[in-house]
Amino acid sequence: MKMKYDTVIGLEIHLELQTHSKLFCGCSTTFGQEPNINCCPICLGLPGSLPVFNRRAIELAVSVALALNSAVQQKSRFDRKNYFYPDLPKGYQISQYDQPLARGGYLEIEFDEESRRINLERVHLEEEAGKLMHAGDSIFDSSYSLVDYNRAGIALLEIVTKPDIHSGREARLFLEDLRTLLLYTGASDCKMEEGSLRCDANISLRPVGSTALGTRVEVKNMNSFRAVEMALNYEVKRQEEILSADGHIIQETCHWDEEKKETIPLRGKEGSSDYRYFPEPDLLPLTLEASFIEKQSALLPELPRQRRVRFKEHYGLNGKEATLLTENRTLGDFFEAAANDYSDYRNLVKWIQGDLLYQLRESGKSVEQIEPGLLVELITLLNNGNITRPVAKELLAEMVLSGKSPHKLVQEKGLGRISGQEKLLPLVDRVIAENPEAVENYRRGKEKASAFLVGRVMALSGGRADPEELSKLIKGKIS
Amino acid sequence: MKLYEKTAADLGRLFQKKEVSAVEVVRSFLDRIEKVEPYLKAFITHTPAMALETANEIDNRRMSGEELHPLAGVPIAIKDNMCTEGLRTTCASRILENFIPPYDAAVVGALKRVGMPLLGKTNMDEFAMGSSTENSAFFTTRNPWDRERVPGGSSGGSAVVVSAGMAPLALGSDTGGSIRQPASFCGLIGLRPTYGRVSRYGLIAFASSLDQIGPFSLTALDGALLMNIIAGYDPLDSTSLPESVPDYPLGLEEDVKKLRIGIIRQNVSKDFDPEVTAAVMKLVSILEENGAEIDEVSLPLTDYGLGAYYLIAPAEASSNLGRYDGVRYGHNAGGDDIESMFSRTRGEGFGPEVKRRIMIGTYALSAGYFDAFYLQAMKVRTLIRRDYAIAFNRFDLLVGATTPTPAFKIGEKTDDPLQMYLSDICNITDALAGLPSLSVPSGLHSNGLPMGTQLTAPAFQEGLLFKVANFLEQKRDPLPRWPRVELPEGGLQ
Amino acid sequence: MAIDFAEEVDHVAHLARLTLDWEEKVRMAEQLSKILETARRVQELDTTGIEPTAHVITLPAVLREDLTRPSLPLNRVLQNAPTRQKDFFRVPSITAVKQVEE
Ligand SMILES: [Zn+2]
Repeated sequence: MKMKYDTVIGLEIHLELQTHSKLFCGCSTTFGQEPNINCCPICLGLPGSLPVFNRRAIELAVSVALALNSAVQQKSRFDRKNYFYPDLPKGYQISQYDQPLARGGYLEIEFDEESRRINLERVHLEEEAGKLMHAGDSIFDSSYSLVDYNRAGIALLEIVTKPDIHSGREARLFLEDLRTLLLYTGASDCKMEEGSLRCDANISLRPVGSTALGTRVEVKNMNSFRAVEMALNYEVKRQEEILSADGHIIQETCHWDEEKKETIPLRGKEGSSDYRYFPEPDLLPLTLEASFIEKQSALLPELPRQRRVRFKEHYGLNGKEATLLTENRTLGDFFEAAANDYSDYRNLVKWIQGDLLYQLRESGKSVEQIEPGLLVELITLLNNGNITRPVAKELLAEMVLSGKSPHKLVQEKGLGRISGQEKLLPLVDRVIAENPEAVENYRRGKEKASAFLVGRVMALSGGRADPEELSKLIKGKIS
Repeated sequence: MKLYEKTAADLGRLFQKKEVSAVEVVRSFLDRIEKVEPYLKAFITHTPAMALETANEIDNRRMSGEELHPLAGVPIAIKDNMCTEGLRTTCASRILENFIPPYDAAVVGALKRVGMPLLGKTNMDEFAMGSSTENSAFFTTRNPWDRERVPGGSSGGSAVVVSAGMAPLALGSDTGGSIRQPASFCGLIGLRPTYGRVSRYGLIAFASSLDQIGPFSLTALDGALLMNIIAGYDPLDSTSLPESVPDYPLGLEEDVKKLRIGIIRQNVSKDFDPEVTAAVMKLVSILEENGAEIDEVSLPLTDYGLGAYYLIAPAEASSNLGRYDGVRYGHNAGGDDIESMFSRTRGEGFGPEVKRRIMIGTYALSAGYFDAFYLQAMKVRTLIRRDYAIAFNRFDLLVGATTPTPAFKIGEKTDDPLQMYLSDICNITDALAGLPSLSVPSGLHSNGLPMGTQLTAPAFQEGLLFKVANFLEQKRDPLPRWPRVELPEGGLQ
Repeated sequence: MAIDFAEEVDHVAHLARLTLDWEEKVRMAEQLSKILETARRVQELDTTGIEPTAHVITLPAVLREDLTRPSLPLNRVLQNAPTRQKDFFRVPSITAVKQVEE
């Protein structure tokens, strides 16, 4: 019988913090600029230069740690991690080794309708390296590389989980929830495609029931949450096949190849390195007063989990709706602002998750650009019978595009509802006269034919007639 | 008396009385340099044009009635491990032979603001690693008191420049004796300030937790005047101290009554040259005659200080020198792949002593040895600090010899690194403790060479060191201010 | 017990990325053995319960405000570059590396 294996995954997440200047110097952190223009003696590691802490970076790091329930240490220390690589300007990275900024912590995630707690090892602060561009097709066959140090020295937060994750999908869900949380704290823009959020994984397998950890493989270069899931699933299969054939897993570092959809062992780089960590003599230990930590704690916004619970309880939303409005923080803010003036919350959510999101996608606008009061105005017009549902949809599109108030649009375009026999009967008569076949079909018992006739009259009215009222009128005429 | 023979304070007075111009003064030193430098080789880079330009500007400003710093227009030389914007800074290393910093070290900025003309960058042991300046990748600097002897190191060039009248003042750096030992070998005042007193920003690091910049001068007053310029908090150096800076020349004239002075037994060892120890005791007796209270004190950890120092300093150095990889600046030896480029560049670019220290430091930090070597050395450092703290409960000042012998011969110790290291034995423990320490000339040896006495004070007590040094200058037997530099063609200069 | 540094020279030289020729290695082994013999005397001291000193300064670190300052002009950034290509620093292949046991 085939042996069954448990998957054990630990993640290392690197996060560029959203400061204006770098961690140890005054250079700008702006992304996507010309190479090597955000550089100074300090971040280039020029001889004689020295680092000085950026207060904002410490504040953001502390707030993320607090949001992750990690215990912020009043005393932490910075160390040098020594290794040679061309993107590393000083021959060492200033990082934290045995006295990290925060220890422990966890993040609760929803996994198959169940809540799962992923525990954290630590949260620490370090500096970003520069960027290498490889000539040739990939890192594996380039004859030379080019170095850009714009990124070097940006504040980087490292979050290390315990080996608490058991599948690629769980890793992905963890990362998605983590990103939502991080966006709430405002600590990072979390753009994986720009590299401001990166994830490496350690993955090993062990026979079900065993407690010893298997040989682990480190997987790097996963550039999206999807890639993380795929790469880990690939590794699970690969390792399973090796173990099932009585083979041995080699402890190594792999690159995820997005094209080939496979992990490829990375030779030469790092290997089993001896980093010779020692306390950074150029920086004194970081001492955080209790009041500093308390202040950061007080400044934390409501976090996604708390908001989700509150949305369910206070507005009576279901799980799916509450999730939608917490995952997208600005959408949730929009909802809350609108809900101030409109108390049918469920109806409000339906408008937001249906038509509004659709129109935002179509128009390429973001929800911040829309005035919440306008949506309330629109729904109220509809509820009061001033406009019809089809007109409401049309108005929503206009409103999203132009930002004009629905009231104004109704007046400008004359889109108010047409009702009453004296206005509608001429249209009904005309449609009946032009569609004898449909009339005949209806009389023979085809209910559908009446809907067709209603549609024709609606078209003539520019959608401003009320379909129910029309249906009654038509049926009265031809029955 | 020629202008180049004057002290910085005297030159400052002449400027203020408008009896002499800065350009005249700079010219006098440039002439002197032209005459003696070929036989001493103290400079790596000369900057006469820059010096004259600054002097000219200072003269114009002074003429226009502007109130200037007392040292404005007084020329200076600096060790070639302090970055100077647009001016080659080599650390006496092949690996930085053509390095042009795009920025000024904090101290260089301070000198420029005052308006001190820069005469040049001085020779040193490569990356400040050494005690004789023989480890310079370029050439060996000679001691003006005896050209067959070393000037000491690593700041040998700066010491020679002041000693031979090529500049009235110079800056050096001291990691474990690199200012005090050459000051002693060349008959000068040399101060290692409290760690954190002078900004290290722009000082090319050797061992970051130990490096400090300090002055070489002919008199205590000159040293105090220069410290006024370079000392102080620098927001660019996280290890610089916010402590306010006193006016060092103020109180220089006070006496030494009731001063409690401890003679460090280990630093007047019977293994030392007896004349060196006798000279120390002579100065101590002057202090005692003038009301100081003298007693002996033992710092038994001195023996272990050397070991701790030769683990901690190389460990930090091995990391500090990791940046010389041929990518952004400095020598690049080429290579087909990145690893061979790194290793060849560093193998070619660093000299033997630097490689030795990198190897020791890398070893001391590496897996399996960290606890027994580096960590243990850091703990011993704690014990050493504790020793000093206890000693300073009883004493205001500690004294001993600066070096066990006067300057040794060129080539004498180059084959035995350990013997070379031992020439700093008196300068290491107080450096490990971060304390200020000053070498004051204590007389001439029967062989004609200067000898030094080292004064060590509690943190921030540089003022006390200058005061006692000044006192000794006034009371001791007069010393020849100048070495008479023997020129090979015959005659003395 | 004497420290025989000879066994370590290759490993340490690799960690430090230093090419040493054979003579250098021999001399290095001999000299470093002696130096480390002296340095290891620190092990004679009982340091139980003693905190290591990494900094002689006991003050907490200072924090600077998150303000940008002008970076260096590009020509200054690149002025010392030994091998430059356009506005980048150029380095040889990163992958053509012989696997070295560390
Ligand atoms: Zn910078």
